[in-house]
Amino acid sequence: MAKIVTFSIDGQKCMAEEGQYLVDAAETNGVYIPTLCNMTGVPPQGSCRVCSVKINGKLTTACTTKVSEGMEVINESEEIQDLRKAIIELLFAEGNHFCPSCEQSGNCELQALAYRFQVLVPRFPYLFPERDIEASNPKLFKDHNRSILCKRCIRAITDERGRRLFAFGKRGDRIGISIDTKLAANISDELADRAAEVCPVGAIIRKGRGFAVPIGQRRYDGQPIGADVEQAK
Amino acid sequence: MDKKIVATTSLAGCFGCHMSVLDIDERILDLIELVEFNKSPIDDIKTFTKHCDIGIVEGGCATSENVHVLKEFRKNCSTLIALGECAIMGGLPALRNNIPITECLEEAYLNGLTTKDNNPDRILPNDEEIPMMLDRVYPIRELVKVDFFLPGCPPTADLIWNALTALILGKEMDLPYEVIRYD
Repeated sequence: MAKIVTFSIDGQKCMAEEGQYLVDAAETNGVYIPTLCNMTGVPPQGSCRVCSVKINGKLTTACTTKVSEGMEVINESEEIQDLRKAIIELLFAEGNHFCPSCEQSGNCELQALAYRFQVLVPRFPYLFPERDIEASNPKLFKDHNRSILCKRCIRAITDERGRRLFAFGKRGDRIGISIDTKLAANISDELADRAAEVCPVGAIIRKGRGFAVPIGQRRYDGQPIGADVEQAK
Repeated sequence: MDKKIVATTSLAGCFGCHMSVLDIDERILDLIELVEFNKSPIDDIKTFTKHCDIGIVEGGCATSENVHVLKEFRKNCSTLIALGECAIMGGLPALRNNIPITECLEEAYLNGLTTKDNNPDRILPNDEEIPMMLDRVYPIRELVKVDFFLPGCPPTADLIWNALTALILGKEMDLPYEVIRYD
């Protein structure tokens, strides 16, 4: 059995297996650390910074940090909450996020985080960048207006032979997700479902489904993102 | 307590936000005890007849007339509220923000399915009575200072009610989880 280490989050004593990532360790202790680019079972990359915490006084990402003995973590301070809120607001200002017409609305992790952090309006001006959509694939619809470049689809989706379906194309502010059209043309329904599922926003949408769940029954209609972690405590 | 004076308008909006104001149901009877409406589609007063305490703006700015009305609101209202996604970020009209205005007009009046056979002289609206369309749809805070933002499409009736009562009674706004919605 792995060695158990003790550490603290906001002064609360926690225990976890040594080598666990802090977001997962916090979850087992009933503490929610918000994440966006992170996915259980996929190696973390720490790119969105929404899970920023202070560890022993230093700002770092909780998804890429492994717990160690005596670690002192600050998760809920005003400074950190505002930093996270600013990151969420930046993502809204940087893309074209038309929630009222988005199929993912109500199930969207970015939107859910904005609800949780009570974002009434981003503090940054909207950029209205020019972004493309791609509808040629038989099963998947890609709307790059909504992409937050979290790379979850790139990291998590491979076909049965381990080949990746998604990759980054271009560089700098023109960077975007591109689909391997040949591979994606023949994917199974299950893999297509999974690809749409790993997307935290509505950038990858399963075709022919649309607004499947009525308003009121969607994932984040009733309770905030992270509430399940906090209630399990 | 003197009644607060409220003005409302819909710029490039669909009046959904105004419908949501009415969606406060019987609380509208309480509201009418607290406020008096001035320029608003609710009472059909067309021009400001006095200075208002609260101006509520639905919709973004898509035309020159929208800009004119918005500036009037800023001039005549002590507190300005952006109500709904369109006022806050342009909303669905802003979907055209990356399409050249010529293309938009040609699609609407020359090449669209319902217009291409019905506009033989290929006329684009050009009467000087018609407001000019802007190059893109502007969130209202890009043109005037906005004091408060209430998101939603439309904003929930409870969000509007909580905001108005907090503002009128000078207390902190109640923001439970269910009231903030972007759709």
